[in-house]
Amino acid sequence: MQSAVVLVVMSALVFLGVFAIGNPVDILVSPQADQAEIARATAALGLDKPLWEQYLVFLGNALHGHLGNSFVFNEPSLTLIVQRLPATLELALSAMLLAVVLGLPLGLYAGLKPDTALARAIGAGSILGFSLPTFWVGIMLIMVFAVELGWLPSTGRGATVSVLGVDLSFLTWDGLKHLILPAVNLSLSRIALVIRLAASGTREVAHMDYVKFARAKGLRPRRVILVHVLGNILIPIVTVLGLEIGAVIAFSVVTETIFAWPGIGRLIISSITVLDRPVIVAFLMMTVFLVILINLLVDILYSVLDPRVRLGEARA
Amino acid sequence: MSAAAPLLAVEELRTHFLTRAGVVKAVDGVSLAVNRGEVLGLVGESGCGKTVTGFSIMGLVDPPGKIVGGHIRFEGVDLARLPEERLRALRGERIAMIFQDPLMTLNPVLRIETQMTEAIRAHHPEVTQTQARARARDGLAQLGIPDAEARLAAYPHQFSGGMRQRVAIAIALLNRPALLIADEPTTALDVTIQAQILHEVQKLCRESGTALIWITHDLAVVGGLADAVAVMYAGRIVEQGPVDDVLDRPRHPYTLGLLGSVPSRTRRGEKLPQIPGMAPSPLHLPEGCSFRTRCPRADSRCADMPELAALAPGHLARCVHPLGEARP
Amino acid sequence: MTALAGETRLADGDAEETPLHRFLQEFFASRLALVGLVVLAAILLIAIFAPWISPQNPYDLAALDLLDGRLPPGSTSGDGAITYWLGTDDQGRDMLSAIFYGLRTSLVVGALSAGTALAIGTALGLIAAYVGGRVESLIMRLVDLQLSFPAILVALILLALLGQGVGKIILALVVVQWAYFARTVRGSALVERRKEYIEAARCLALSDARIMLHHLLPNCLPPLIVVLTVQVAHAIALEATLSFLGIGLPITEPSLGLLIANGFEYMMSGKYWISLFPGVALLLAIMSINLVGDRLRDVLNPRLQT
Repeated sequence: MQSAVVLVVMSALVFLGVFAIGNPVDILVSPQADQAEIARATAALGLDKPLWEQYLVFLGNALHGHLGNSFVFNEPSLTLIVQRLPATLELALSAMLLAVVLGLPLGLYAGLKPDTALARAIGAGSILGFSLPTFWVGIMLIMVFAVELGWLPSTGRGATVSVLGVDLSFLTWDGLKHLILPAVNLSLSRIALVIRLAASGTREVAHMDYVKFARAKGLRPRRVILVHVLGNILIPIVTVLGLEIGAVIAFSVVTETIFAWPGIGRLIISSITVLDRPVIVAFLMMTVFLVILINLLVDILYSVLDPRVRLGEARA
Repeated sequence: MSAAAPLLAVEELRTHFLTRAGVVKAVDGVSLAVNRGEVLGLVGESGCGKTVTGFSIMGLVDPPGKIVGGHIRFEGVDLARLPEERLRALRGERIAMIFQDPLMTLNPVLRIETQMTEAIRAHHPEVTQTQARARARDGLAQLGIPDAEARLAAYPHQFSGGMRQRVAIAIALLNRPALLIADEPTTALDVTIQAQILHEVQKLCRESGTALIWITHDLAVVGGLADAVAVMYAGRIVEQGPVDDVLDRPRHPYTLGLLGSVPSRTRRGEKLPQIPGMAPSPLHLPEGCSFRTRCPRADSRCADMPELAALAPGHLARCVHPLGEARP
Repeated sequence: MTALAGETRLADGDAEETPLHRFLQEFFASRLALVGLVVLAAILLIAIFAPWISPQNPYDLAALDLLDGRLPPGSTSGDGAITYWLGTDDQGRDMLSAIFYGLRTSLVVGALSAGTALAIGTALGLIAAYVGGRVESLIMRLVDLQLSFPAILVALILLALLGQGVGKIILALVVVQWAYFARTVRGSALVERRKEYIEAARCLALSDARIMLHHLLPNCLPPLIVVLTVQVAHAIALEATLSFLGIGLPITEPSLGLLIANGFEYMMSGKYWISLFPGVALLLAIMSINLVGDRLRDVLNPRLQT
């Protein structure tokens, strides 16, 4: 409910923002248009009508998926974006996966044995991780692995396999090779986040009575950690990560630029530099929608995962 | 006193905590013994070291704490010197423990069934999940928990404190341990629930021959439950013996103080006697007898640590001016 | 007779320790934080004195010699006047000087934007906590809205609409950051506001502004300082990223991000120094701030005291 309100509010803001910047005709029409075209566009866009009417028209069009045509590609902006979405999602999800797979064990260890040298190193490493500028690391990665060592390709997406109409590249070996460097690059700052979350969560949980009770039962340490401790720290970690997916997708803008990865990030950067405004507007709407969707999903996920929320309190 | 060797014999146990502020001698020379099937009440006020004693026996003392001396003889082995893997095999199988706060004892994200069956299968991997489940259900029923089948599928937060403690007890007794250490399990519960649980535990232990160490600060509980009692103060045992002996004829001034501070109907209207002062900080224990700063009978002889001496058969006290003796 | 029951004597010298003293002791107990602080101090000095200590002013076009472009580290200029310790970029700029100037810009932009966001966010947070009701709801809704959007996205869109320029970058950064401050301040202020002496102050008819500034604000300072350091680092990283992408600072301004972008074109031909050194400088700046901020958080957070 709240989300729907936010969506509407945001669309109004976007609309107003677009208007506030200047003559909307200039924004939505190619800069090279002549007087006649401008007049035609003005009428076609209904810009001679009152503001609120224009907004309603805009909304109506938006709901039908008409968010204007790109100047550069002369195709509907929305189509352009949707086409490139799988590539970006593939990259973003791989990066998140990497972050969890690498970060969780490190964070667990640091939380269980906080006074060891390794734990301190992990802590320092995590600060390094989120201090590293992503774009610079990307360049360094390419220089080391692609140029110097020649192990991995430096740009582009690899061969894809179509699954359910969507092109996925991680299913091919070539695709994987192309995916590794950008995914590692994108995951770096999130690994640091996962490590910190896991470490602080573990530190708290490890001293809880129920962990001690699990040990008092004579359970093997591995089970105590993997089932009792992990089970309790995963819930907050998963919810935070869910919210972070939005940030990862946003940050893929940088990685995609460096690695020439054909996702929406790259599209938006080039659109901004050539002032392809319809694409920018469409992108903005799409992002707003995605962010709200993700927040909603995370809320639902949280209530499903935590039995206390799912089942509610009850007296025996 | 039985002639057979005691099930558990703790000798001069010392468990110290090395903190930044100094060494905390939580347990400083505790000796006690529990025979098979016997109930020992371990009594003392907060901070006297009784919980740490329980943890030491289980091997659950976490850093910065460490057992620094003494022996814990149990079924022929010295627990204080046993490697961790062998200790783990004993925990939950031969010795079990339940904690004070039932709301925190069970893992909130795991079902009751999981938390029960894992206790069985950790020590008996040959038992199938179905069999373990059946044993868990029986265990719950034994503690008087109705509708055990449905309870197994539930989560801890769906139960009240008293019910959760019952589940914890059921878990502890699943593998029929020889010794159960109960650390103030009813302190956080209503008085009526307290009585119920006490009764159930007593019954179960008697039926299965499980020895029980009941840690508490409440002397009234000990009177109805235990066979023997040990009184702890500032990390040491100051008096121990058969329960009736100690409660009717206490020898240590502290024990008398404890008994005196229990409100009683027979003394209604009288001012409630209190032991003056406060328990000393474990970082700054007085020399000699730890109780001397609050004891009305103290004098210069108390500056030397008194030994635990037998003042009557089986009844020991750590005092140079025990009650029932004329002062010099 | 020994000491009376329950009393413990104060260790000698306890009275000497002020909270500040203790704070400094704890802070420097971490060697890492100490290193961070030293590096940060060095960077600050470099940034302040950049024009005086740089061998060359890399943004004075007259001083550049295109023929000296793309020289590796250690080479000397054509006329032998300066040694390019870290090499040159494709315009013939001395990398070392460019880095000094770039650090200066980074720090200025970072500090200015974070500082402005601090002021705005703190004001709004205090008002929200103090006034409560509808005003608070409105402000916090705005905060939530702002925070649910990834920072880089908001900055990207804003700059797309506004165009380039130093002022516009700072504006974009301020918009992205104010919400963190507002949320932190409101949280702390709420805790303090519930205390009774605030009620007393109101009864004394002290002005609202006075109550907010003199009483609520000091309590919010510890977490605020932590958030400030993190945000400065964040702002520096964001500015560099945006400049790298070409929508940040214009190319006439020194920026580490632009230098790295410059080097991006040459990464395939082995001229690593154009991207490497500015990146290292950027990393050192960000990391030292984060190390200090991290340590501050540990020291100022009462819950973590063991």
